[in-house]
Amino acid sequence: MSGIFQRISLIFRAKTDKALDKMEDPRQTLDYSYQRQLELLQKVRRGVADVATSRKRVELQATQLNTQADKLTQQAQKALEVGREDLAREALTRRSGLQQQLTDLQTQHAQLQGEEEKLTRASQRLQAKVDAFRTRKETIKATYSAAEAQTRINEAFSGISEEMGDVGLAVQRAEDKTAQMQARAGAIDELLASGALDDPTGTAKDDITLELEQLASTSDVEQELARMKAAIGPGSSEAPQAIEGQQAPSQSLPPTTPSHGSYPTPPAFNAEQPQQAPANEGDLR
Amino acid sequence: MIVRILNEGQWELSEEAVRDLNSLDDAVDKAVASADQGQLASALQALLSRVRSTGTVVPDDELRDSDLILPDADSTVEDVRALLSDSDEGLIPN
Repeated sequence: MSGIFQRISLIFRAKTDKALDKMEDPRQTLDYSYQRQLELLQKVRRGVADVATSRKRVELQATQLNTQADKLTQQAQKALEVGREDLAREALTRRSGLQQQLTDLQTQHAQLQGEEEKLTRASQRLQAKVDAFRTRKETIKATYSAAEAQTRINEAFSGISEEMGDVGLAVQRAEDKTAQMQARAGAIDELLASGALDDPTGTAKDDITLELEQLASTSDVEQELARMKAAIGPGSSEAPQAIEGQQAPSQSLPPTTPSHGSYPTPPAFNAEQPQQAPANEGDLR
Repeated sequence: MIVRILNEGQWELSEEAVRDLNSLDDAVDKAVASADQGQLASALQALLSRVRSTGTVVPDDELRDSDLILPDADSTVEDVRALLSDSDEGLIPN
């Protein structure tokens, strides 16, 4: 077989052998070689931990994106309930953008999981080989003459160096994948931070939330007014109407508001609203 | 003969079984030459599954040199090219 695999094998071997060729007297450097193996083993384990960390970060981001998507769905529903189809459309458009990010994240998550499994397996394999090498090296040191030892050592070296080369490649690859992932994760963090996420302090709100809240507070004002009017009695509605007028752009909404469960609306509100609205328009213009 | 699949481990195959891999080798070679990722993936898939089905796994605690080294199943054209490159970059991280 002199095709592509032969070439890969030759080059691979040349490279791995080169790494161990530096040792002039293998017998004296058995321990040194063993040390290098342990270091690589450490490196693989760190690699596994790094990939796992990245995977968890992707999972966390997916959860955040999911929460955000749910929130946007609720907002769309709320907006529809108050008759604001434009707001609902905006919320759903944003949600579909998030959905796309979420699909990407899921693909990346699967990739990371694959790398994690491969590295874990590589780590187990290397561990077994390193243990075998340690046993072999002790036997060689104890049992064989210098000349004999040379052959045995070369055998052990070539087996372990190939494994080290393979595992070294796996670590390198996992590192590359993790680095790519972290760059992407950073971009998604930014996306989440740009107001798409709930601010725990409650100070920063996205515009859809703001507008919905404005609508809600408008109807709260209406309710309060209605309550006051009812308490004072008919004929003294001049002042409240002026305040009410400032909310004029949202005036068309209140009739639909009572159907929404989260705004407790006194029955009086329903009856008064249609009469008040035209009067307000007149006052303002 | 001992065959290593990178990232997976080693298998022991009979001489005939290794000879049978030749046709698949050509397919991989062509895929890499024409940078055809889809063809490379299917050629590797066919090749590696044949190695796994006709060979026996070499135990983890055995230190043996491979006669043949194969790229792993999800290698890209670039990955295989990198394996074939003569750069001085060693495979073992320092």
